[in-house]
Amino acid sequence: MTLWLMAGLLFTPLAWAVLTLMVDFRKGRLVTWLGMAVQVLVSLGLWAAVASDGGFLYLLGGWQAPLGIELRVDGLAVTFVLLTALVAAACGWHASIYLDPGKPWHRYFWPLFWFLWAGLNAVWLGGDLFNLYVGLELISLAAVGLVALGGQADALRAAIRYLMAALLGSLAYLLGVALIYGQFGTLSLAGVTELMNSGDAQSGQTFPLVLMLLGLALKTALFPMHGWLPPAHGIAKSPVSALLSALVVKASFYIAARLWLDLGGELGGFALAQLIGVLGSLAIIWGSWLAFRQTKLKQVVAYSSVAQIGYLFLLFPLTWGVTEAISLQAQQGITLQVISHALAKAAMFLAAGNLIMSVGSNRVDALAGVSRFLPFSLFSFGLAGVSLMGLPPTGGFAAKWLLLQASLASGQWWWLAVLLAGGLLSAAYVFRVYRASFIESTDTDQFYHPSRSLEVIPMILALMSLGLGLVAEPVLSVMSLPFEGGGQ
Amino acid sequence: MSRFLGITVLAAVCLVFAGALMITVWQIAGTQAPVDLPGLLADNLEASGVEHPITAVLLNFRSYDTLLEIGVLVIAGIAGISMANTASLEDPELRTSDSLLYALQRWFVPLMLVLAGYLLWAGSDRPGGAFQAGAVLAASGVMMRLGGIPMEFLRPGVLLRLGLALGFSVFLLVAVVSAMAGDAFLAYPDAFTKPLILIIETVLTFSIAMVLLALFVSAPVNGAEEPEEGESG
Amino acid sequence: MTPSLLYAFAGVALCGIGLFGFLRLQHLLRKLMAFNLIGSGVFLVMVGLAQRNGQPDPVPQALVLTGIVVAIAATALAVVLIRRYYHLSGQTTLAEPAAKSARPKARSVNREGAPE
Repeated sequence: MTLWLMAGLLFTPLAWAVLTLMVDFRKGRLVTWLGMAVQVLVSLGLWAAVASDGGFLYLLGGWQAPLGIELRVDGLAVTFVLLTALVAAACGWHASIYLDPGKPWHRYFWPLFWFLWAGLNAVWLGGDLFNLYVGLELISLAAVGLVALGGQADALRAAIRYLMAALLGSLAYLLGVALIYGQFGTLSLAGVTELMNSGDAQSGQTFPLVLMLLGLALKTALFPMHGWLPPAHGIAKSPVSALLSALVVKASFYIAARLWLDLGGELGGFALAQLIGVLGSLAIIWGSWLAFRQTKLKQVVAYSSVAQIGYLFLLFPLTWGVTEAISLQAQQGITLQVISHALAKAAMFLAAGNLIMSVGSNRVDALAGVSRFLPFSLFSFGLAGVSLMGLPPTGGFAAKWLLLQASLASGQWWWLAVLLAGGLLSAAYVFRVYRASFIESTDTDQFYHPSRSLEVIPMILALMSLGLGLVAEPVLSVMSLPFEGGGQ
Repeated sequence: MSRFLGITVLAAVCLVFAGALMITVWQIAGTQAPVDLPGLLADNLEASGVEHPITAVLLNFRSYDTLLEIGVLVIAGIAGISMANTASLEDPELRTSDSLLYALQRWFVPLMLVLAGYLLWAGSDRPGGAFQAGAVLAASGVMMRLGGIPMEFLRPGVLLRLGLALGFSVFLLVAVVSAMAGDAFLAYPDAFTKPLILIIETVLTFSIAMVLLALFVSAPVNGAEEPEEGESG
Repeated sequence: MTPSLLYAFAGVALCGIGLFGFLRLQHLLRKLMAFNLIGSGVFLVMVGLAQRNGQPDPVPQALVLTGIVVAIAATALAVVLIRRYYHLSGQTTLAEPAAKSARPKARSVNREGAPE
């Protein structure tokens, strides 16, 4: 059964990419709805299978690890596969109504969308360092194509900037892979970890790890390498921005985290871990401040992504040189942060798209008066904002609570200040948007009403992000399932 | 002054980077890799269905990499033609009328087609393979295009899209059929390994050439613009 | 020290030069070529380092072949984007135009896009 699920999971996005390439936007929409249903069901099935039987290794082509490519299907991977299925399906559904079918280039949205999805799944499951590189490139090129779609000069500038950053990041990662292969003669991450921990092998080099982390941090837009993110996420169509912010940046972070957790203990050091943590903190403060200062609505949301990504990098100091229990707590906190940010940010971008559609302008101060006309989308925006601020009972709160406990338990109290300041600053930029929308004195009374389903989708996502705090326990229990539990 | 300072700092950073890389390479070179992958590869070459180890790695042991890699090419092709302009094929400015080019074309295009075929065939037991053959095929296409030979199939239409996706689709179909036949994704049934690899290589050659050619043709641009969300226009 | 290792060191030098060019150059096509230079350097390190003991290792050679295809795809896409960007904005760098009205239309400037 699981073999069928795996085949379905790998096959569907790639096959649907080809299918939708053959038809125009309207037919592609119908085809995509079917594909999204299949993909969500398959992801749910796989998640349930792993939740009940534990993780397993999937041998592609039937070849074992050093020779072939193994996929590592564990609790964390299927959690992200499921998250991707939910968020991507929501964005795809939104896009199918939001995008104008009359524009000839929108037909190419669907194939790129499906390739992006395929690349994300490849990264969550990948256990082979070089295969992860190909997966990353699949994601980057599809994402750049989506940003540039039908591009006018500003979108192209953002897309080119994004492409250049992504390519440089991938090359730094690939150089690290080349060095690691040169030293160990294998590309399997599990194999390298085993060799390094076996003791008798010569000690590894730190430089390859630093290179890979640097490249991946550039692709994740860690401060101060975040310059490419706000233009690209701000100028893309709202469903695309939602996909990029919610999922794409997480892919490179996921690889960095896996590398750190497997190799960081041997190759990393206190200084490296703290340095990454400090950069993450600066990202939180600086990103939130810039979000507060932006005049365009989507730029506010995009800079908020820079800030929220900063939290993720607290994983590095909180898992280095601490006890197993604290490390697990930090990992759980970061996982919750990834999930809740993905849901909340997707909701926020989709709601922002609705608001922009409604007022016909992308400026924050143009929102004046919209609170009377579009309370539903505005409410979704606010709910997502509550999760970003980290107020209980949201997923954002649960995540930050775990991080707080981990930093106290590990004696690194200085992250506490960052966590608190980040929450306050995010409250500031969310309330700024709210304040603008409640101003009544305005000359425009004409608002366009987006269709009901456009408004429902961000609401669902925001509610899921809100509810995540209540169901954190079962989600985390699947994530931390012992890998060896299933049939290896 | 600040410009000079900037260059100096940048050069220093790059030197430090290259130096650290150099030291790492030197240190790694002094060690022995604990896993003997080439040996393992040689032991399993028999079962891979092809005689050339690189082709065996590309299309059997690490075929998933190759599948995704062709996906990357197709993405680039899609993103390229999403900006293509139909009219540019007839644009006289993009043609060169040069008698030397015509002569070259008459001699080279048939030769290059033969070379592409040879490279494809050679891939099974000596250097060569789908990508090299596809690149040569695309190069002859570029030459024909520069010489003004009309290639209707390069218009953004259903033919072009079929050509882009053909190699990828066949590869994917083989992958999923092999999964349904009982083994894993991309595990070819033993009896058909060689013919399957041959079929995949052939269609890949064709599609790789199509993607490269499509990207070459779509570099010129159309005039359609789309305003940013929320901007009137 | 074997000839293969020499390739790896040449790759290191290419990476360094390419990185300098990538960060220093503003013109997009030059940036792209610097990217390709780094890419070649990485590929040389990959192959050269893996077969430092003399015997060839087909695995990194196959990886490099995959890497080249990916790099070509990325380069071709970047060229398409850059050409269209130049066509629309008349710019060859990523610098923000001073004002929207001041943006020249490329069609009237130079059709075939001679840089700088």
